[in-house]
Amino acid sequence: MKKITNLKEFACTPDRFLGGHRLCPGCAHSMIVREVVNATDDDLVVSTATGCLEVCSAIYPYTSWDVSWIHIGFENAAAAISGAEAMHKALKRKGKLYTDRPVKFVAFGGDGGTYDIGFQALSGATERGHDFLYVCLDNEGYMNTGGQRSSSTPIGAHTTTSPRGRVSYGEKQKKKDITMIMAAHGSPYVATACPSYWKDLAVKAQKALETEGPTFINALSPCTTEWKFKPEETVRIGELAVESCAFPLYEIENGTKLRITYRPKKKIPVKEYLGAQGRFSHLFKKGNEWILDLWQKQVDEYWDYLQRREECGV
Amino acid sequence: MAEKYQLKKTEVWDGNMAAAHALRQAQVDVVAAYPITPSTPIVQNYAQFLADGYIDGEFVMVESEHSAMSACVGASAAGGRVATATSSQGYALMVEVLYQASGMRLPIVMTVVNRALASPLNIHGDHSDLYLGRDAGWIHLICNNPQEAYDLTLCAFKIAEDERVRLPVTTNQDGFLVSHTAQVVHPLDDDTAYKFIGDYKPLNPMLDTENPVTYGAQTEEEWHFEHKANQHKAIMDSFPVIEEVFQQFKDLTGREYKTIETYKMDDAEIALIVMGSTYETAMVAVDEARKKGIKVGVVMPRVFRPFPYNQLAEILKNVKAIATLDRSAPMGTTGALYNETAGALMANGQSAILTNYIYGLGGRDTTVEHLLQVIEETQQNAEAGKRVTPLQGFINLRGPKLSFN
Repeated sequence: MKKITNLKEFACTPDRFLGGHRLCPGCAHSMIVREVVNATDDDLVVSTATGCLEVCSAIYPYTSWDVSWIHIGFENAAAAISGAEAMHKALKRKGKLYTDRPVKFVAFGGDGGTYDIGFQALSGATERGHDFLYVCLDNEGYMNTGGQRSSSTPIGAHTTTSPRGRVSYGEKQKKKDITMIMAAHGSPYVATACPSYWKDLAVKAQKALETEGPTFINALSPCTTEWKFKPEETVRIGELAVESCAFPLYEIENGTKLRITYRPKKKIPVKEYLGAQGRFSHLFKKGNEWILDLWQKQVDEYWDYLQRREECGV
Repeated sequence: MAEKYQLKKTEVWDGNMAAAHALRQAQVDVVAAYPITPSTPIVQNYAQFLADGYIDGEFVMVESEHSAMSACVGASAAGGRVATATSSQGYALMVEVLYQASGMRLPIVMTVVNRALASPLNIHGDHSDLYLGRDAGWIHLICNNPQEAYDLTLCAFKIAEDERVRLPVTTNQDGFLVSHTAQVVHPLDDDTAYKFIGDYKPLNPMLDTENPVTYGAQTEEEWHFEHKANQHKAIMDSFPVIEEVFQQFKDLTGREYKTIETYKMDDAEIALIVMGSTYETAMVAVDEARKKGIKVGVVMPRVFRPFPYNQLAEILKNVKAIATLDRSAPMGTTGALYNETAGALMANGQSAILTNYIYGLGGRDTTVEHLLQVIEETQQNAEAGKRVTPLQGFINLRGPKLSFN
């Protein structure tokens, strides 16, 4: 297993996801991807759903991928990787592998490709028990197509299909709890992560890759373009999400054993996280106080719930 | 190592069993499939072969046809032999990924048991699914009975995986009429069948991880056109390979396949053009009509894509009137076989009176008597020297005729 000690050493790992891609300056996707693909020395086969990462990393005749990589469609990253993994099993059994080097299988999808259109394929591949890691790059909307809502968009957020308006405060629904849904599949390892906490993410990626069977990481990916914050603030926004417990970091083994992997020393008010992003600016106008209160209440309740589960060892 | 299956020289198989044995004998590395009527028995038979130790590849029972074709694409790009089976709505659900498979030049083989498309829901045979996928960049082969379903599925692997082709291939058989009708089949033994197909020849496999490859990149206006044009050229250039594989198959088995099959066309003055099991019905009708002195023959494109337009024109060069029979509702135009035939004739400076018949939708029976009626009408056109029958008619339709001029 690769030793992950300090950031300098980790950052010096030869790149498997190369620069020159066309992701926005300040995009968290590339941070997450590099931390995942660099978490192992094993060879990789990667599938990627249609989305920001795909359209920005493999524009013919260029590719940012120095690992075997495939993109088919928006909804089938998990199905694609399950086919590749099945082929590996078949060729191994028949003694026809192309290399003796160990190979790991990883799928990346945005929240559109994971929570929504690709959910069926992800659920199916997980149920079938393929040996792969699925990483959701969760920027809480369809950002590749200009910032439409997804089932990951949190309540009150302005998106182009749940816009704030004269009679609207933006998104009406609560963010779908994808990590718990994946845990309910009985997956041997699921986790949430945020690239602002690089070691937490890298260690989780490593754990997931070392675990046999279908594993899942939901990584928060602050989106400078559609969340409306300055590109240099990506890491800080991620920190605010975690320190306010709006996006708690935890892991669950075998669907039952929950562990909180990062506990803020002092939980900050969720207003500080929301207030740092343009997509929530309307919530600070008169008449919308109740949404801020609701947000805080939901965050507190969920944080309590996680702690209770951890205490009970379930 | 998988057990060898002891086959008799003569088996009685339906089309589904024939296709399933062909997949087994090809030693497919990954089959990813989702069952759907009437192709379900292919998947069931394959599962039983696996349960009995006759298969050592992976069998991935996915949660939808979309994922079936997606897993096939992932598996094929990973670098090995891949196959699946489907019908109708399942085929429709796959369509997005059919284009991805051919665009990435992946030699996947799919046995399609042709069935109507809803709505209204119908489980019986017609060619709606085949026509839906006709521009998807796959080679489409047509099988009229279980023997052909077996033979052409073996050939399909050899065609798809040939370095000069590297395109996905479907083998089509009519729902129920072929898929569920048991007939005599002469199979090859396992070793001979596998030897005919040969080992899978990898090309840029993802699992050769020491040489990473990128599959499914994006191309916009700078490169997309060049990619699609080259892909189109590849499928058009596959004719000689298809013919070569058919010749090798004939050398091995004595069973002959051509890109276009013909029956009694040498002296024919009128012709029927039809695909699928109705070709066999048409042969009987031709014999009957010839007893009455009508010089009629029947033509069947064995290869629907690429479409053998020049060969078709050559076969039709002396006929006066032609009836094209399409087993799919074209919904607002003439049927595909009509259009292809018209194009083939025009391209070669030929003219013949051309009519179109829609038949057999949703499993509606098409009998010798129905085809004799078509022959009679086509003969009327030939004798009149102009079209005196409707441009498009329906065969064995209840109620008003609903023909179009």
